[in-house]
Amino acid sequence: MLEIEIDGKKLTVPQGSTVMDAAHSVGTYIPHFCYHKKLSIAANCRMCLVEVEKAPKPLPACATPVTDGMKVHTHSDMAKKAQAGVMEFLLINHPLDCPICDQGGECQLQDLAVGYGNSSSRYQEEKRSVVGKDMGPLVSAEEMSRCIHCTRCVRFTEEIGGFQEIGMANRSEFSEIMPYLGKTVNSEISGNVIDLCPVGALTSKPFRYSTRAWELSRRKSVSPHDGLGSNLVVQVKSNEVMRVLPLENEAINECWIADRDRFSYEGLNSAERLQKPMIKFDGKWHETDWETALAYVVKGLNGVSADHGKDAIGFLTSPHSTTEELYLAQKLARAFGVNNIDYRLRRSDFSADAAQQGAQWLGSSIAELTAAKSILVVGSTQRKEQPLLASHLRQAVKKGSALNVIHVAGDTLLTAVNAKLIVSPLALVNALAQVLKAVVEIKSAQTAVDLAAVVVGAEAQAIAASLTGAESAAIVLGNVAQHHPAFAQLLKLAQEISALTGARFGLLAEAANSTGAELVGALPHRAAFGAAATAGLNAAAMIAAPRKAYFLLNTEVEFDSYNPQAAVAAMKQAATVIALTAYKGAGLLDYADVLLPIAPFSETAGSFVNMEGKLQSFNGVVRPLGETRPAWKVLRVLGNMLGLTGFEQNSAEEVRAELLAKGSIESAFNNALGDVAINAAVTTGLVRIGEVPLYQADAICRRAQSLQQTADATAPVARAHSSLLARLNVAAGKEGLLRQGSGELKVLVEADDSLPADTVRLATAHPLTVGLGGMFDSIELTQG
Amino acid sequence: MLSAQSLAAIDREVAKYPADQKRSAVMGALRIALVERREAGKTPEERCLNTEVIEFVANYLQIPPVAAYEVATFYNMYDMKPVGQYKITVCTNLPCALSGGVNAAEYISKKLGIAIGETSADGKYTLLEGECMGACGDAPVLLVNNHKMCSFMTPEAIDKKLAELN
Repeated sequence: MLEIEIDGKKLTVPQGSTVMDAAHSVGTYIPHFCYHKKLSIAANCRMCLVEVEKAPKPLPACATPVTDGMKVHTHSDMAKKAQAGVMEFLLINHPLDCPICDQGGECQLQDLAVGYGNSSSRYQEEKRSVVGKDMGPLVSAEEMSRCIHCTRCVRFTEEIGGFQEIGMANRSEFSEIMPYLGKTVNSEISGNVIDLCPVGALTSKPFRYSTRAWELSRRKSVSPHDGLGSNLVVQVKSNEVMRVLPLENEAINECWIADRDRFSYEGLNSAERLQKPMIKFDGKWHETDWETALAYVVKGLNGVSADHGKDAIGFLTSPHSTTEELYLAQKLARAFGVNNIDYRLRRSDFSADAAQQGAQWLGSSIAELTAAKSILVVGSTQRKEQPLLASHLRQAVKKGSALNVIHVAGDTLLTAVNAKLIVSPLALVNALAQVLKAVVEIKSAQTAVDLAAVVVGAEAQAIAASLTGAESAAIVLGNVAQHHPAFAQLLKLAQEISALTGARFGLLAEAANSTGAELVGALPHRAAFGAAATAGLNAAAMIAAPRKAYFLLNTEVEFDSYNPQAAVAAMKQAATVIALTAYKGAGLLDYADVLLPIAPFSETAGSFVNMEGKLQSFNGVVRPLGETRPAWKVLRVLGNMLGLTGFEQNSAEEVRAELLAKGSIESAFNNALGDVAINAAVTTGLVRIGEVPLYQADAICRRAQSLQQTADATAPVARAHSSLLARLNVAAGKEGLLRQGSGELKVLVEADDSLPADTVRLATAHPLTVGLGGMFDSIELTQG
Repeated sequence: MLSAQSLAAIDREVAKYPADQKRSAVMGALRIALVERREAGKTPEERCLNTEVIEFVANYLQIPPVAAYEVATFYNMYDMKPVGQYKITVCTNLPCALSGGVNAAEYISKKLGIAIGETSADGKYTLLEGECMGACGDAPVLLVNNHKMCSFMTPEAIDKKLAELN
């Protein structure tokens, strides 16, 4: 520990601290622009100059390490003069366009100029001007003359984003911040550079010129997209969400959010929002009032149950719904006598349902996951599934963790990977079994799994060595593993490896409330907190054996299902499809019979349980749009109208209290499975890799215009290994014909040698590909 | 994009640094790329670095293209603008200026019929002003194509040099 005195205050700080750290620890503010606690030290803005006794000139606080007995003055004449001088230099070329600048009112330069600068400038000469740059549809770099070259954005893309997409070209007074010529900034967390920019050089393109920062009210919320549960500040004006910013939470999102969390709010104000209940009769849609619509729903449900029995009804819910909504949905279904309820529409393997012993979750806290010395990620695109968690893992690697990957595509993760096993979806179980066998050999242990036929490859050996050699390890299964037709076996193998290595194992929750849905029992085999339930049909079975009536909560089955082709066919044959939705999507308008407008996360109170099992509640930030109502209210009223008991809740808080009284969240989680038969044999055949594109994951981001213009939202193309294309006689760069079941699609085919042989990678959940079948099912490819 | 010979030379640069720090070789790699383009280029546009070449070098070194671009634009010996077959850079800093450096630049300018900063119409010469080359005792000095230093450049010496280049 070192002793230091800052402005007369004595304190001790650990070895290696900078003067800036020391000052922050006692609450002394030192003005700065380039310094950021999460980024490397650049010391190029010089705003943090302070006087250090015995030093002949002012020193930058951010880059000066504390030495024992150091005496620092942050407000002495020397420090003040230095700060005022730096400010004068910074303002030499800075345009005085604050009145028309988007950053006005929340600008660090503006604030510090008032606090530390002179009232007028001595600089009379012409200011330099810099032409604007194109950084893509999210980040505006139109007014680069405002840039003060702090290089925070450059360091962010390099250090947090993993790939330096922005650089500072040229030298001295010709310096310019720019992306590489002709390229845009495509990082899935690029929006953070807007927050980082201390001036108005990088601003939010969708938000530009819409309102002033001081006109907005700030309300806390939680991201409704991925399973990380990023904390948000939603900014509102005149009952409209204008902007979303991160709310710092070191344990979850630190001070960042992904672009999906930041820009999806455009979908909340989409023209496709359903504002009034609608009923279809005579093949035409008619707007109606709530009373009529609810009576219609009750009549529909009662009618189908009278004619065909309760089992003819299926409830399909979304893991993007709040805990309260999902709890009431399963309560409503079960009270009405319907056991067919599921939230796992994109899953294809339900064979572990009977073996499940608790709610599935990450298996550790997020902090424990990123602190693990060895991490094995199975079946996850990482950056396109959990954009922010991927950057957390990147930081973990920098701190010395070994990242191991078993996946179906060799995408770059923008980080160092210890060992990487890229196999066809058909060999995924085998790949994980290889790791288990290697672990068994290293530990000279026993396992109940039959691994006789498994041949351990070099990469599997390396993964096993990494897992067994590390003092802490974690195995996590991503979306691809969870949607995979052998999910149960993958989870069981992870459990077996974990038993031998002491690694934690679990799932990277696909959606904001997947873990919550597990908890409240929006499942056919488990009620809330694992309470016994009369077994019903799972999501796939409800589609495979079509029901007479479907009750859809917040889901568009053509985008949210494992097999959109079958799901849409099942909807179309049903006597009635009741949809609670925030949007009148084209699919719903086609197959549904009644649409009830429900509130998205911004318009209702509720809670999400993130992947680490943390329940985060939030309130609505704006009033529901039009006649929209929170879904929990709709479900409650439906319960009343169906004559069911237990639907007297008056607020979302009451629903939550009722739920939480049923058990403890901490003890509800358990990823362990009972007996699951493992078949590690590799079958052959051409199989599809059908992932969900980053900005197609849920109803809100599908309608966020700016996100839909990014590189991640380009129309899907079919990718395959060049050797496969040669064998099938299909030309790369031309349209090819893909066939799954009765669905056909002509789409551009491209060669991609990072894919395993015998796979065709083509995104699902996209309007272009909804006619096709299962995400990881067999597929045919011809030139057509 | 680059010849096998240039790639081998870049590999030699890369080998000078630890395997995980290929980035360190970016200056050498850009220099090698520029030399190849200057020698192989037929027109002024083909003799300088452009975004494709920089991106190629960056990909070869497995660094982000913009990181290589930063380096290429920071140092002015990396030609980012079209350049003649012979780039003549005359030092006009103080010691050279006192010994006739400015005169040398003006003499060449008159003789070639191009102003400082220009390229001759036939694409043969580019005349530039340079900063101190660290050979003040030899003033006035000039550089031909970044690599060839010419000392004591009196008008006679300049005539001789230009005749040589011709």
